[in-house]
Amino acid sequence: MPKITYIEHDGTEHVVDVKTGLSVMEGAVKHNVPGIDADCGGACACATCHVYVDEAWREKTGSPSAMEESMLDFAENVEPSSRLSCQIKVTDELEGLVIRMPENQH
Amino acid sequence: MSDPKAHVVIVGAGHAGGTLAALLRQYGHEGAITLIGEEPIAPYQRPPLSKAWLKGEADADSLALRPLEFYAENNIDFRPSLRVTGLDRAAKTAALSDGSSIGYDVLTIATGARPIVLPIPGVDLDGVLYLRTAADAEKLKAAIGPGRRLAIVGGGYIGLEAAASARALGAEAVVIEREPRLLARVACEQLSSFFQAYHEAKGVRFVLGASVTTINGVGGKVSGVTLSDGSTPACDAALLGVGAAPNDELAVDAGLETARGVVVDLEARTSDPSIFAIGDVAHRPMPIYERMFRLESVPNALEQAKQVACAITGRPAPAGEVPWFWSDQYDLKLQIAGVPFDADQILVRGDPATAKFAVFHLKGDRVQAVEAVNSPPEFMAGRMLILNRRPVSIAKLADSTVSMKEVAA
Repeated sequence: MPKITYIEHDGTEHVVDVKTGLSVMEGAVKHNVPGIDADCGGACACATCHVYVDEAWREKTGSPSAMEESMLDFAENVEPSSRLSCQIKVTDELEGLVIRMPENQH
Repeated sequence: MSDPKAHVVIVGAGHAGGTLAALLRQYGHEGAITLIGEEPIAPYQRPPLSKAWLKGEADADSLALRPLEFYAENNIDFRPSLRVTGLDRAAKTAALSDGSSIGYDVLTIATGARPIVLPIPGVDLDGVLYLRTAADAEKLKAAIGPGRRLAIVGGGYIGLEAAASARALGAEAVVIEREPRLLARVACEQLSSFFQAYHEAKGVRFVLGASVTTINGVGGKVSGVTLSDGSTPACDAALLGVGAAPNDELAVDAGLETARGVVVDLEARTSDPSIFAIGDVAHRPMPIYERMFRLESVPNALEQAKQVACAITGRPAPAGEVPWFWSDQYDLKLQIAGVPFDADQILVRGDPATAKFAVFHLKGDRVQAVEAVNSPPEFMAGRMLILNRRPVSIAKLADSTVSMKEVAA
């Protein structure tokens, strides 16, 4: 199971083993990592699982779909590294992935 | 009023109750937490039951809000297959269906709602289905497949999502709706006719303005339905999706204030300061619309779980949210923000013929609600406009060449 490091806005780190096939969002929610709300449970309908993907991981995590991009367009504190974590599937390739969380999800 | 050592008893282990238990630990609550659920399984997401899960695109594990071990690991006493049968508010105890009782310092009623059962002959036949719980969904899944015929009573979101999933699995679907149009209770006419046409193109049949008078059976099993127009479509199963009623009996019996659900304040507190109520069962204030309302939605359950977790752990109350809803049918993503209370104008942005449009409900120059089909910018910007109560330029809003960023600026 790939290890993913989730870093809260205040710097608190959570290192979690996430089953492949789950999304990066599910990895956080199922382990009660704070900072990712995921109101819609992964339907790409709410933008409350907004995260920042470290530069080094951008390629491996792929690029956002048009739907995801237009949701992100209206999220707060969006940066070039912004993604919706429900749209990133965990694969063995993502061993060591580092994800940072914004201050809030609304 | 916060007490870090309080024993919190949560009645109901649905999306609201399960989320509250997890949030309390996330926010550092030190006291005991007991989570009591009627169903045999740990809290799970209900929305996929009519969508991805029904179509076989999601498994039981992915439905679970958190893995079962999570509760023990976080010192949450999760007690499945158990019901709270009564409250003694003076003694602060709850009576349980196994004959025992449990004391509490703070109690939260998160008992949800249940499908309305039609008072017609035949509802106890084998093959009469509902869609609320995972067990309900299992039965529905077993009933739909290539060549099977499903009658769906009720043209609301449950009915339409089930129809879409039934078609995806090769089953026939006929939807019977009492009102002259679909989604009559929850959406505008433009949206109703759009969804009807879209479903018809996918092979769903509709009978509108008709009610089911009898569910017919052969040998104890559903064989068809008799409608008020005299027709008798045959079917192998009948799904009843005609709305839900709040499970507020516990609150009524305990003498708490109830209306259409348990009356709560902005902290989700009931008329008893030691008792909260959250999720589908709560009749809650909606400051944006200056009224009380009962909402059946996951975002509402989560918002209220957050309110209670903050109140119990002494955190500042979370910012108010705009109610919102979503529905997936075929390749359509419907996102709704707000409730169209008091709207005096309806504005369609985009072209329904392209399956990419949004319907704005306006009160003067304020957005009250937006229904967005495959249009995330309209949904996201609309939600912001509803929250901020800012006036909007109707001309810009109506012109889909003006970006929603500019409309909302």
